[in-house]
Amino acid sequence: MASIGQGVDRVDGRLKVTGRARYAAEFPISDLVHAVLVQSTIGAGTIAAVDMGAAQAMPGVLAIITPDNAPKLAMKGGAQQAVRAPLLQDNAVHFNGQHVAVVVAQTLVQANAAASQVRIRYRRDEPVTSMDAALAQAYPPKNFRNGERPPDSRRGDPDTAFDGAAAKVDVTYITPIEHHNPMEPHATIARWDGDRLTVWTATQGISGAQQSLAGLFGIAPQDVHIVCPFVGGGFGCKGNTWPPATLAAMAAKVVGRPVKLAVTRAQMFTSNGYRPRTVQKLRFAADDQGRLVSMRHDGFSQMSQPVLGEFSEPVGLATEMLYACPNVAVSHRLVATNASLPTYMRAPGLASGNFALESAIDELAVALKMDPLEFRLRNYAEQEPHQNKPFASKALRACYQQGAEAFGWSRRSAEPRSMRDGSVLIGWGMATSTYPTHRMPASAYVRLGADNSALVRVGTQDLGTGTYTVMSQIAANTLGVPVERIRFELGDSAFPHAPVSGGSMTVASVGPAVKAACEAARAKLQRDGGEVAEASVDVKPGEEEHRYAMHAFGAQFVEVRVDAELGEIRVSRFVGAFDAGRVMNAKTARSQLIGGIVYGLGMALLEETHVDGETGRIVNANIAEYLVPVNADVPDIQTIIVPNDELVSNPLGAKGIGELPMVGVAAAVANAVYNATGVRVRKVPIRIEDVLV
Amino acid sequence: MQAFHLAQPTMLLDALAIGNAADTKFIAGGTDLMQLLKDNVETPAQLVDLEGVGLSQIRADASGLRLEAMARMSDVAAHLDVRAQWPVIAQALEASASPQVRNMGTIGGNLLQRTRCGYFRDTGFNCNKREPGSGCPAIAGENRMLAILGGSDHCIATHASDLAVALTALDAVLELRRAGDAPRQVPITEFYRLPGTTPQIETVLRPGEMITAVIVPPSAAARNSHYLKLRDRASFEFALVSAAVALDVRDGTGRDIRVAAGGVGTRPWRLPEVEAALRGKKLNDDALREASSRAGEGARPAGQNAFKQILLRRAVLRTLQTASA
Ligand SMILES: Cc1cc2nc3c(=O)[nH]c(=O)nc-3n(C[C@H](O)[C@H](O)[C@H](O)COP(=O)(O)OP(=O)(O)OC[C@H]3O[C@@H](n4cnc5c(N)ncnc54)[C@H](O)[C@@H]3O)c2cc1C
Ligand code: SF4
Repeated sequence: MASIGQGVDRVDGRLKVTGRARYAAEFPISDLVHAVLVQSTIGAGTIAAVDMGAAQAMPGVLAIITPDNAPKLAMKGGAQQAVRAPLLQDNAVHFNGQHVAVVVAQTLVQANAAASQVRIRYRRDEPVTSMDAALAQAYPPKNFRNGERPPDSRRGDPDTAFDGAAAKVDVTYITPIEHHNPMEPHATIARWDGDRLTVWTATQGISGAQQSLAGLFGIAPQDVHIVCPFVGGGFGCKGNTWPPATLAAMAAKVVGRPVKLAVTRAQMFTSNGYRPRTVQKLRFAADDQGRLVSMRHDGFSQMSQPVLGEFSEPVGLATEMLYACPNVAVSHRLVATNASLPTYMRAPGLASGNFALESAIDELAVALKMDPLEFRLRNYAEQEPHQNKPFASKALRACYQQGAEAFGWSRRSAEPRSMRDGSVLIGWGMATSTYPTHRMPASAYVRLGADNSALVRVGTQDLGTGTYTVMSQIAANTLGVPVERIRFELGDSAFPHAPVSGGSMTVASVGPAVKAACEAARAKLQRDGGEVAEASVDVKPGEEEHRYAMHAFGAQFVEVRVDAELGEIRVSRFVGAFDAGRVMNAKTARSQLIGGIVYGLGMALLEETHVDGETGRIVNANIAEYLVPVNADVPDIQTIIVPNDELVSNPLGAKGIGELPMVGVAAAVANAVYNATGVRVRKVPIRIEDVLV
Repeated sequence: MQAFHLAQPTMLLDALAIGNAADTKFIAGGTDLMQLLKDNVETPAQLVDLEGVGLSQIRADASGLRLEAMARMSDVAAHLDVRAQWPVIAQALEASASPQVRNMGTIGGNLLQRTRCGYFRDTGFNCNKREPGSGCPAIAGENRMLAILGGSDHCIATHASDLAVALTALDAVLELRRAGDAPRQVPITEFYRLPGTTPQIETVLRPGEMITAVIVPPSAAARNSHYLKLRDRASFEFALVSAAVALDVRDGTGRDIRVAAGGVGTRPWRLPEVEAALRGKKLNDDALREASSRAGEGARPAGQNAFKQILLRRAVLRTLQTASA
């Protein structure tokens, strides 16, 4: 009966492949009308006038909402996820592609046609489109990691240690703007019944959406009902309550009818955040024994105009804790540009930061003439070196060993350009992955029948990762019943509270709540007898957070093939070995691992948003020209789960598996490209022209 | 998208007659045009759907290959005679787009697909090709994918078709028809125009004129032809640089040599300088290297696309080596 860890099929798989899983835009709401966003075509300035004459007279048009006539929002409450601009509350244009009007019409076709006829006159200012040119104006974040810690840290004296060291690297790494591009674009249906608002929306956090919309419209949270049973991928861009959801609700209020607002793929590029560009300066040094003596990691990340909010890419987090180095300093700065607000994207901070960190470590190993894996082992941190705490568990050494073994790392030739297959250069590279184990309070409701069937409800989300399945397994396991006896429901704000599905913390947060509620219901049924027993419980993390450092780990190994003359780079082999704590479901876990690795390959070789330097407008706002990997780019991927039965981190021992596998992939690829070609590429994506020597 | 009238004729003559009306466009597979309609880049008043007019035969015999305009890319690529006699065509098609797009996309539509220049495809930008006189932001902007050959101060957009590069190497001829006119034949090397001061005019097609067929002569060189396409993504991406080579080698000497390149020119780019350097010569590696080093003479890179000059030479060399091996 125990199904935890087994590769149980997705309980919602049949619904999905038969098209019956209902996504936000698909709810059949009667009397529905359609809203379309109109976006700015300048990068900075103000709206001088909106000419809606022609558009207003077009068939089916119900309303054209602009800053001139938009209802004023209450803007109350402090929900962290509430994005407060641009919401048509003033005439300012802060970036190219900013929402400047909403057209509502009877049909989508009518709304689209009218939207293209809305003419806007602007007073133009000069937009700041390049962060690289504005580094001198960098400023410290005000609210780094939501105020949980300062943006800078330091231990020892890295500068002095650097000066006297035997081997040094002093390098700058760059990562580009990347967009999440989930399969399902953002979509919202909003309906007002008096002062009560119902919203069907694609979100990673129904609680956040409820709080945010309540605050923005000045109503009580219990008067906002969020429904979101399925999400077609989020990767971070559905974490916040972005303007399109709010504007849908505003439009519904204006026309007095339910409104659907589905963001187009192109509009997604300025509607719901992105991974900001980073410039990272690293100064690392080691002694002649290969011991790290100094690490400085100064990160600059690109921002919108500050009035839109704040997001800082925390690139230095792993640098603080990954290696046993006595002298370490990291800093984080922001550079304001005329762009939309950046946000979390799969493995925020660590994806970008570890590309730089783990590439620079490779550079230092080369300088020391040491095998890069050996160099990492020599600097292995047995304790968390930044906070001086024990790790709740750390099986990274086993990841290195098992990954290296499976890959055949010991047969690597360290000399660049020394492994060849005809005209093709072969390179092997590796890098470390790590991601913090998060947990937040969560609640669950269980109704257990004497017939051993159970209904379990949590106001959590399933981004496509397998929440329905894994929570059903946890409930089944706790109750000792087959998975088919469990009905698990989520995605409704009327259900007990759960945190945002982000930070790889859903299993660690919601799982213990489900487990505890099941235990409580079973105890009640056994005690009281009868046909059914109900239980609602709230659980939260305990002291362990303060006593231990909690992180997941991994080791990534990759082989690339680079045509010596033509420069085409193809990944031919990949092995990732991971310590993700206990695995709940072998199948969904493998899906997360290979999905994360593929996401990392995209970062390494393909993904980049191109911004026009003159206008600040995105030039490749589509998925024909914003490249993500296709099947032909993805080699056989071997994933290894290193056993770890530790239960200190949380009652299920799950360390989080959604983000970990993409961390380090870009560095491993860059290190392999160096091994193949002798060219050290300090930016991603690595492209043909970077290796044409 | 703007409202348009849709005509669905079932006879070629009707299609030609309707197609001759003002502000009218033909639509074949729709894989390119639909996108441009949705994005308001194209706003015709009327579309003539060619689906019902037939015109999808593929015929190969001793006189050559005749591909009717509505033949699907996938059907042409799979055709056994095409694969045997004109392999560069099949290879170029199989390196194009995705299986799904190739199942819909047609030969005529492929040759008339519009450029992928991101500025052209977004009405939020200025673009001389879309709005004559509005300017070309690509020249000083994001131009990595754009042309190093054949550009002007008004436009440097690349022609994106792979098939057109293969057909350019093979000296294909396009058969064109317009209501009221006699059918005419135009060599593909004269079909595409350089942008000059009028980048909005891309071909010699007259208003209302239709491509009805592509005719490819047979040759020993065509039988030994190869296509190489270079790109960052292994599939489903347009060429950064591509090369089409058709080679007739006898006793180690190059007799008939055709070389064309894609991804580098504002139209499919024939490389006569490379051909001339090899004609009548012994095709040893030195000769191939020397000849390919001439590829792209007179190139004018715009910045991000400067690497294409080197890549072009190497792509040409590799393809020549493959074809002469
Ligand atoms: C994501 C993506 C990737 C792609 N990658 C590649 C690639 O790598 N290489 C490549 O070569 N192509 C590529 N393509 C382009 C694709 O091959 C073309 O879209 C397709 O060939 C167009 O054919 P169609 O029949 O659908 O044309 P349509 O979209 O129907 O028409 C295109 C144009 O041709 C005109 N037209 C069509 N038929 C005729 C005719 N008989 N006479 C006169 N005018 C006509 C139409 O009016 C229109 O202007 C890609 C397309 C997409 C969407
Ligand atoms: S290169 Fe041509 S298509 Fe591109 S922006 Fe310039 S004019 Fe337009």
